[in-house]
Amino acid sequence: MNWSWTVFFETIPLISKGLWITVGLTLACYLFAAIFGFFWVFMSRIPSKIVRSIFGWIAEFIRSTPPLVQLFFIFYAWPVIPVVGVSLNPFVAAILGLGIHFSTYMSEVYRSGIESVDKGQWEASTALNLSTRQKWTKIILPQAIPPTIPMLGNYLIIMFKEVPLASTIGVVAMLHIANDYGSQYYKFVEPLTVVALFFLLLSYPSAILISKLEKKYNRKFDKKAMTS
Amino acid sequence: MGSLPDIFSTLMQGLKVTLLVLVLSIICSTIIALVAGLSRVSTNRLVTGVTGFYVEIFRGTSLIVQLFWFSYALPGLFNIHLGSDIWVAVLAISLNYGAYMSEIVRGSIQAVPAGQTEASIALNLSKFQRMRHIIIPQAVRMMLPEYGNYLIQILKATSLVSLIGLTDLLYYGNIYRSTHLSDSPTVYLLLLVMYFVIALPLIAFTKKMESMSKKGVALG
Repeated sequence: MNWSWTVFFETIPLISKGLWITVGLTLACYLFAAIFGFFWVFMSRIPSKIVRSIFGWIAEFIRSTPPLVQLFFIFYAWPVIPVVGVSLNPFVAAILGLGIHFSTYMSEVYRSGIESVDKGQWEASTALNLSTRQKWTKIILPQAIPPTIPMLGNYLIIMFKEVPLASTIGVVAMLHIANDYGSQYYKFVEPLTVVALFFLLLSYPSAILISKLEKKYNRKFDKKAMTS
Repeated sequence: MGSLPDIFSTLMQGLKVTLLVLVLSIICSTIIALVAGLSRVSTNRLVTGVTGFYVEIFRGTSLIVQLFWFSYALPGLFNIHLGSDIWVAVLAISLNYGAYMSEIVRGSIQAVPAGQTEASIALNLSKFQRMRHIIIPQAVRMMLPEYGNYLIQILKATSLVSLIGLTDLLYYGNIYRSTHLSDSPTVYLLLLVMYFVIALPLIAFTKKMESMSKKGVALG
């Protein structure tokens, strides 16, 4: 047993610097995934069955293969590809890699929200002669998005815990700082414990917040279902 | 410039470790999930408290951090040597996904309507019989689709083990890339395809379970 409290307290300020990079990167990846998620939804609604199933399989492929390998592909392999290849800095590569990976999950959330909208709402908007654009922005999306908010929040927490993958391509955030400190002083356990504590400190309260949100929404929608 | 069969045969050397970690992690995490999930619906406050603490710790921190932590802390802090790093990886992945999956076990058991419990009490079934014959069979079919999803998550998680030095698919991919830089697109694409091929049966299982869990259940 060689646990050192001095090392533990010494690494807290060091690693807390990386905390903001981890949080910032999480938000950037999340934003990218949230926007790109609509792309898959859009593709899944194209009338051509062949196009739909091709994009369905692409999304399935991205969803069921490791994000770490995808990250390596974007960071190491992309620059080597002739013509289209460009070197990306680690941050951009991480945002692209994790963002695309999680966009396939976000699209499932959107899809479940859209499917939960009552069929009568579609028919009514057609009957009222609304344009496609009006139908989506005024009728469908305002009803489809709110019930998915707890799920969207869950994915924010999940992505927060996946972002340390970016340290493998050289993004200097919490995990990278801890590993650097470790290889310099051969003290790994203490800085890694600090990293774990920081993760817990942020994700646990957010998880509680989301389960509260979930209960609130469930109550709201139950009430609606009862009165209608 | 290496050829495709060349790359393929290099990568195949890592297949055994990936599959071994996958299968062992699936077995261990399933056992952990069942034990922890059942413990969380126990009436004993100490049991629910301890498992609740375990679940929140492992769900609240990141798997990659846990993996590094275990690989340094087990030998360094606790002086535990598991013989092979494979067991360190299996331990970290299983404890992490066991915690996530115990939540499905708990959720499904709690989702069985209370009338079922009341009816089994009225029929004078013992607590064990009630669980064995009434609650668990109904809960399991609710768990299975989510369970399938987690199996795919575990497969994706096995790619992390190369970071603690295990010689899995990704490890050999990185080795090959470091000597044949111009082949890196082929290497990583091939890796992704290989992972996808391993995932296909798991995807099929999940889809099957999804349709099975809906069968014979009253709507709404």
